[in-house]
Amino acid sequence: MIHDKKAHKYGMVIDLDKCTGCGTCAVSCMSENNVPFKEDESDKKDSITWMRVYRLTNGRPFPDTEVVYMPRPCQHCGGKGDHGHSPCVSVCPATATDYGYDTGIVSQIYTRCFGCRYCMAACPYHARYFNWWDPVWPEGMEKYLSPNVSPRMRGVVEKCSFCYHRYQLAREKAYVNGTDEVPEADYQTACTTACPAGAIVFGDLNNPSHKVHQIVKPDPHPDPLNPDVVGKSRNPRVFRLLERLGTNPKVYYMSEREWVRKMGDHYLDGEWDKVKNVYGSASHE
Amino acid sequence: MSEIENKTEHGSMDGATAGTAEDPKNDTGLGLGVIFFIVAFLICFLSGWLLFPKLLYSKHEQPFNFDHVLHVEETGDCESCHYLRDDGTFSGIPKLASCLDCHTDEPMGETMDEAVFAAEYVAKEKEVPWYVYARQPDCVYFSHAAHTEAAGMDCKTCHGPIDETRTSRLYEENRLTGYSRDIWGKSIWGIKKNPWDRMKMNDCAKCHVQETGHKGYCFQCHK
Repeated sequence: MIHDKKAHKYGMVIDLDKCTGCGTCAVSCMSENNVPFKEDESDKKDSITWMRVYRLTNGRPFPDTEVVYMPRPCQHCGGKGDHGHSPCVSVCPATATDYGYDTGIVSQIYTRCFGCRYCMAACPYHARYFNWWDPVWPEGMEKYLSPNVSPRMRGVVEKCSFCYHRYQLAREKAYVNGTDEVPEADYQTACTTACPAGAIVFGDLNNPSHKVHQIVKPDPHPDPLNPDVVGKSRNPRVFRLLERLGTNPKVYYMSEREWVRKMGDHYLDGEWDKVKNVYGSASHE
Repeated sequence: MSEIENKTEHGSMDGATAGTAEDPKNDTGLGLGVIFFIVAFLICFLSGWLLFPKLLYSKHEQPFNFDHVLHVEETGDCESCHYLRDDGTFSGIPKLASCLDCHTDEPMGETMDEAVFAAEYVAKEKEVPWYVYARQPDCVYFSHAAHTEAAGMDCKTCHGPIDETRTSRLYEENRLTGYSRDIWGKSIWGIKKNPWDRMKMNDCAKCHVQETGHKGYCFQCHK
């Protein structure tokens, strides 16, 4: 294993207060990554959406109703203690998905996957999708596919890769420039660059000069009350989905509103106040 | 008695009668059986080893013969035609536009090949549909920049002395996968003498372990 102190940890923070739910991230993701679609997309349960936008409401009657839209890519979990033991990686019987210790990105190798869908069952975020059919592109559209992303075949699982091909291209560019460093601007995911509201910030969580690090301020020490949780944000507005599971996602969400932050996990009666006040995001700073 | 029991009973009975009918001294049947086995084994083995690879690969001739020796003499080195772009991507096989830096639709030499090139492609402004021997499957990501720039490797280290070839060899395509035979390699025994004899995933991993101490994570070589 490459355990390099200089290893990157690519992640993103999505500002839910800025997100308008327009779905540009999802569209740009699909076209960037050759995501297949069906002739009839009305049956959403079979749809493949690497980036899916969920609609959340506070459940209050008018005029107090509030709605936020939550884009959900693959969370690129670091697993318990952030050791790379992601839920999907640890169950794959084919080693078709692995955790890149150099980037923190969870891969998916389509030619290696045999479609058992164990990873889909293991993923707490429903970020993985199964190809029930071979992709069929409308005539002429195959000419617009990206050559940098290999299309998937029937019977394999696919998911968001944080546009890894863009990292590969950025590295090639860096090599030609005689450096090993990938500048922040050279590696940005398709959803980040497409978002018209600028709600998504992407970069290296380990690099203090990157904007995502400055917003998230990840805590390098494990949570004192739950040592499985590492990299908790020290920004009181930032939270992660199902954070207490210890999956340690690299996708952070941000909101000013308390009810939105509370949506990030299932809290029993009275639990939220404890989390919020004792060891939740609000306890820092 | 159930049907299954009936069957097993008869089955064991049959076996018993066969066993007693066979005279242990009369073993011509056994000898024939051994000969039959050896002959059948040889037929299966040889057809699998010699005939199957011939059937598995379809052979294609390049659109016309390409003389690397001549072109290296004229242009200097590999990078004159196969170069890294400024953004780090590799240009691969040159497009017609690169050829037209020197060529016109009037052949410069006297070979038939160049006449074909000038008449069929330059005059008609058509790209030459070269078969690429080293083309990897679609799921493979390979960075030339990482190897030539960052690791300082030479083209020949992996591709061999292509600059010394005067003719284009036959391109062999796997009928099942559509991949070039250079990926799996020519040797049916799996013997690899040179890096360019075969380039499967294990060959990449082997060199990566030697040179970097780690075979890399999936996404290092996959896309």
